[in-house]
Amino acid sequence: MVDQFFNVGIMIKAWPLVIKGLGMTLLICVVVIPLGAIGSLLAALGALSPNRALRWASLAFIDLFRALPPLVLLIFIYAGLPFAGMSLTPFVAVIIGFFLNNTAYFAEIFRAGLLSVPKGQREAARSTGLTPAQTLIWVTLPQATRNVLPDLLSNVVEVVKLTSLASVVSLGEMLHAAGLVRSITYNASPLVLAAGLYLALLWPLIRLISRFERRLAH
Amino acid sequence: MNAPSSLTVPSLRIAGLDKSFGTDPVLTGIDLSVARSEMVFVLGPSGSGKSTMLRCCNRLEEPDSGSVFVEGDPVTGPGVDLNRMRQRIGMVFQSFNLYPHLTALGNVTLALRRVQKMPRAQADDVGLEALALVGLTDRARHYPAQLSGGQQQRVAIARALALKPAVMLFDEPTSALDPELVGDVLAVMRDMKARGMTMLVVSHEMGFARDAADRVVFMDGGRIVEQGLPEQIFGNPQQERTRAFLARVQG
Amino acid sequence: MERFVDTFFNGAVLIRYAPAILEGAAVTVLLSVLIVLSGVLLGGVLACLRAYRIRALSFIIVIYADVWRALPPLVLILLGFFGLPNVGMVLSSFMVLYLVLTLVLAAFAEEIIWAGITATPRGQWEAARSTGLSFTAALGHVVLPQAVRMVIPPLTNRAIAITKMTALGMVIGVPDILGQATTAQSFSANASPLTLAAITYVILFLPLVIASRWLEARFTPPGV
Ligand SMILES: Nc1ncnc2c1ncn2[C@@H]1O[C@H](COP(=O)(O)OP(=O)(O)O)[C@@H](O)[C@H]1O
Ligand SMILES: [Mg+2]
Repeated sequence: MVDQFFNVGIMIKAWPLVIKGLGMTLLICVVVIPLGAIGSLLAALGALSPNRALRWASLAFIDLFRALPPLVLLIFIYAGLPFAGMSLTPFVAVIIGFFLNNTAYFAEIFRAGLLSVPKGQREAARSTGLTPAQTLIWVTLPQATRNVLPDLLSNVVEVVKLTSLASVVSLGEMLHAAGLVRSITYNASPLVLAAGLYLALLWPLIRLISRFERRLAH
Repeated sequence: MNAPSSLTVPSLRIAGLDKSFGTDPVLTGIDLSVARSEMVFVLGPSGSGKSTMLRCCNRLEEPDSGSVFVEGDPVTGPGVDLNRMRQRIGMVFQSFNLYPHLTALGNVTLALRRVQKMPRAQADDVGLEALALVGLTDRARHYPAQLSGGQQQRVAIARALALKPAVMLFDEPTSALDPELVGDVLAVMRDMKARGMTMLVVSHEMGFARDAADRVVFMDGGRIVEQGLPEQIFGNPQQERTRAFLARVQG
Repeated sequence: MERFVDTFFNGAVLIRYAPAILEGAAVTVLLSVLIVLSGVLLGGVLACLRAYRIRALSFIIVIYADVWRALPPLVLILLGFFGLPNVGMVLSSFMVLYLVLTLVLAAFAEEIIWAGITATPRGQWEAARSTGLSFTAALGHVVLPQAVRMVIPPLTNRAIAITKMTALGMVIGVPDILGQATTAQSFSANASPLTLAAITYVILFLPLVIASRWLEARFTPPGV
């Protein structure tokens, strides 16, 4: 049992490759999270727009990509598009797929956050002469973000976990690296090593979210 | 003899204002002027269109027809710089609507800094001055959640005052307050009147209307039914609907 | 355009593989239902156990919930599928997927329902206990029903997110929608099975996504 899951020798051998994979994992996050945050803000504003066409288009976008499992999206982009003559590198496919998925999820959170800000806040701001854009930036968005902070952070956790899917299209992130060593050694220890690193990365964040949730509940 | 124009031009003029929500007419042919330094009280049953009238003045609600002028300058119509005009119309809401993520001073200075692009230090000076007028200098660094309802409403008044508006609109400023906190807010309004502020006030504080208002307007069903001096409206109302309303609220 | 249609909406390919994908859909639905039922049930039981505030037990539950919320499900699936046989536990790929996703959902459900229990006003406990209900009866008849009502929106969202992860089964050969589609795609050298899979997922999950938004609007109090 210990030998099969916690084999230190194998873990040490796997270490350099897994750490390199961790770099890729973090790179994906660093690209996808800011892109998704910006895209989702636009989608959320669209979903709350008074313009009916824009509103429906935004909601359709959000719902479509919340309904599609991210792995389906990723495989469609990576394995499907080449048949139409559009070959993407795994990295680009992963970024596009996760961007779409992540934008939809962040957008739904921002939408709820913006909705949670009472109408009187916007009216007060507009009555003192702030433009709609200034009202959004200085009054509505700070409150919306604060109200859904735990959800936003939870989604960041989900994005980090999501990166593991990139291994399916052979992008050398952490799980891919660990899986590779596992398939050579026929030993699960590299996977346990990867699990340990995910845990080290995400546990603090999960504790932090629990703290925020408790604070907001009171 | 030529009086200075600011004395003859009303601070606020509403002319031929109509507004419906869907097919419901809510305001019909409202004409109302508020002279400089005048305090006009608006009374009327719930749903008679008082809030809508105030909100049409700074176009939080878009009027269907009619016009609004502040010191003779149009608020309605094409080519109006609405955000600039809004800075000349202060508004105080029933529910305060303070920004919970900003301190009292932050609430008061937001528009100064973001719309008037005032440097921070200068905006803080103006903001503290406005807070002093409502007696809350010592609460400048407090967040709304740390203030009582009466203090919150006074900060909201300071937020409007800081922009040095030509006229202030009050929509039931004391209705959301515990009775013992109402007095503080009314005292601030009385003080503002003494300093010459022009005010259009929707409120059910009859006692305050009686001794502070220059004129009382009674609204019902989206129309101005009657107006006059406080003693006239309260003592000898001409219209049946006014009498019925006063009988009901004064018990 | 023709090439596009031929690649993604190839009639012949669609017809040939539709039955396989339909079979896959049955697997996906079966798995999803089983996971939601057992995951929410297990999560609810754990949350209730935590309500008794037995220190050691609560500690174990918190650790379990944290770890299973922090680890990517794919890591757990690979560990279960490739790791367990090494210690003599051979489970089918279906079983591994079912167990892992159930335990993941249970971890999330425990946290969500626990949040609902702690958010139930103290007065509810006191009223129930003052009428002579035991702790367990107060929990089961008074507090838990309110707590669950309160957390229906986040619980629904999480359940949808996790049932969508049944697609991960493709990696270990579960014949679900995506599994069937990738097999079909490599046999037919055409992307149409993937299109069909995507459409099938949208048909299955879009109504749930829309329903969850409706629940959210209905059960969430408006801004203060
Ligand atoms: N945004 C709105 N949409 C539809 N109807 C409204 C809206 N705001 C106010 N009304 C209606 O207009 C009428 C006047 O409302 P209001 O101006 O708030 O009255 P008051 O302030 O005198 O109580 C009421 O019948 C109210 O229901
Ligand atoms: Mg009103």
